[in-house]
Amino acid sequence: MTNPMPAPEVEYSDPLDDTRERDDAMPREASSIELKGLRKQFGKDMVALDGVDLTIEAGEFFTLLGPSGCGKTTLLRILAGLEDPDDGKLLIGGKDVTDIPPHRRSVNTVFQSYALFPHLSVRDNLAFGLRMRGESVAERQRKVAEVAEFIQLGSLVERRVDQLSGGQRQRIALARALVCEPNVLLLDEPLSALDAGLRGQLQVELQRIQKRLGMTFVFVTHDQDEAMVMSDRIAVLDSGIIQQVGTPSEVYEHPVNAFVARFMGHDNLFAIQRSADNWVDTDLGRLQLDAAQQRAEQQGWLLIRPETLELGGEVPPGYNRLEGIVKERLYRGSRIEYRLEINGVNLMVVTSNLGQRLHAVGDKVTVSVCPEDLVRVAA
Amino acid sequence: MADMSLVVRGRAVVSETRHLLFSVMPGAVWIIVFLVLPSVYLMAVAFMTNGPYGQPQMPLSLESFRQLAGFGFLGWSPGNLYTLLRSLWQTLLSTVLVVIVAYPIAYYITTCREKWRPIMLLVVVVPSWTNQVIRTFGWMNLLAPGTPLSDAAQALGLIAPNMGLYPSNFAVTLGLVYNFLPFMVLPLYAAFEKLDTAQVQAAQDLYASPVRAFWHAVFPQTLPGLLAGTVLVAIPAFGMYVIPELLGGGKGMMLGNLVANQFAGSANWPLGAAGAILMLIATFAGLFAMRRIGKRLGGGEEVVI
Repeated sequence: MTNPMPAPEVEYSDPLDDTRERDDAMPREASSIELKGLRKQFGKDMVALDGVDLTIEAGEFFTLLGPSGCGKTTLLRILAGLEDPDDGKLLIGGKDVTDIPPHRRSVNTVFQSYALFPHLSVRDNLAFGLRMRGESVAERQRKVAEVAEFIQLGSLVERRVDQLSGGQRQRIALARALVCEPNVLLLDEPLSALDAGLRGQLQVELQRIQKRLGMTFVFVTHDQDEAMVMSDRIAVLDSGIIQQVGTPSEVYEHPVNAFVARFMGHDNLFAIQRSADNWVDTDLGRLQLDAAQQRAEQQGWLLIRPETLELGGEVPPGYNRLEGIVKERLYRGSRIEYRLEINGVNLMVVTSNLGQRLHAVGDKVTVSVCPEDLVRVAA
Repeated sequence: MADMSLVVRGRAVVSETRHLLFSVMPGAVWIIVFLVLPSVYLMAVAFMTNGPYGQPQMPLSLESFRQLAGFGFLGWSPGNLYTLLRSLWQTLLSTVLVVIVAYPIAYYITTCREKWRPIMLLVVVVPSWTNQVIRTFGWMNLLAPGTPLSDAAQALGLIAPNMGLYPSNFAVTLGLVYNFLPFMVLPLYAAFEKLDTAQVQAAQDLYASPVRAFWHAVFPQTLPGLLAGTVLVAIPAFGMYVIPELLGGGKGMMLGNLVANQFAGSANWPLGAAGAILMLIATFAGLFAMRRIGKRLGGGEEVVI
């Protein structure tokens, strides 16, 4: 099929600029979500969800984060009603909806593939949910015009879906769900098919839409940067189990275990060989810890965030001092990353580019780190 | 210099034209000799007069069309009209039944695991590899008087005692549905396979019950397949000869049989030619209607016929 008239990309201007006036017919009623002991198994031994307990507050931007196959999409599909849990309960807005089919749930989904209907115009796509819900033609027209203006794609409503660019399709898919004014909006990796630039733009836009509408958003992604940028809270999943729930800074700075730490992009994890009240032994040597980091268990991991390390210069009193050799230097513009070798193990250091002298590969350097910045992580 | 380049370009055009001519020639000759010329001949015959031995002869007349309309030397009889109406009805009925049977089959195959799908399609197609006449004889054996199926139909009071399900119009319809099923299943399967299953879920997510999800999200997208299948089923069914000949008996005759009889038994070539032209016109009218419907319903998705 040919595309006779390629749609020009609509120039992005901030449609949700808070200073702009607009009448607020868009939804305000948000629902909380409660999951109680949700289990789901595919076939004999593929456990997708292994007892998930979770509460998502009304009006929250909540992200399910994890590698592929961790169960995050299954969880989202259970919320939508497209999958039935084997066990457990699902409450939306305090109401048990576990056995309610998808078309009777006030929940709408933005699908990863967008799943726009190719046989319908953009307008009919947007009106689909309202039509199925039996709203009058006049009501439909009013709401579709409103949502099209809201996402700034009003000029495209007569187009066919195959005449839209990827970014436009994404926005139409979002609008098609928003126009139904659901209590909960589910988003299944909606940005994964877009190029990096557009993706960043839509991350900001999505977050603003959510804040403006005060709707509960449940967002699924495998990209920890995306999750941190957008979310109020993040749940990190692995093998059908929730590993940690917390704000982006909690999850990033204080991961509860090595899986979460690695998934959040931390490289500097060192196995703890021995520990006492205020020190640990690792391959790097003995390091002083803040007393607050005391743990009952001896073993586990030590997390050193690369941006907390100071390279060269004076070592302030009480700081840990390490010596290593620069093995690799990555110049990233705003920051510079070094890979050091200390006692035969790698240590990543990230410094802001403030115009200081760069260390060359092969240089012997001193590294200092405040004891308070060292974090103990469970295995 | 300018003249030189012109000459060169002129030569290139000539050689390209010649090249095209040579590559198209065999096919064109084939079509002209075996399709265009016989059709022209048939048309000429239709306007001729029937000779004493059934051979077409001068003068030109519209006599054969008069006969086709039912005017014989005994006055008007509705026989041919019935045959035409029966052909249309059998075509319509069998096409509708084929659609009803083929939709679930095609959909079911798309829900099967990927490695099973070619096998399932093969199962649908394999019967059509056997000669049509042989398969139709098979149905004769299944539907004849005294067979379990006929006995069951008698017990239910559907047919008179000591009669069989064959010969009858019912047997013709059954034969047509059976014969043309693969031609509907395949294009529908292709349409279903192109469909993104996420769209069905999206429809349900957007408050459509399963039935409405099918009707509003799935069915419109299978229309190109449905139209292609309809063309593949309805047109050959309309001109079908073997099935009504074998399963229909005297009251099951269709237009194809009428035409064949004029060329063989009754020996009235001009009348047969007139019937053939009527079939041709009906076919083109049907195709034209399909195209119009396809363009309206399928949006930009052109149904290639």
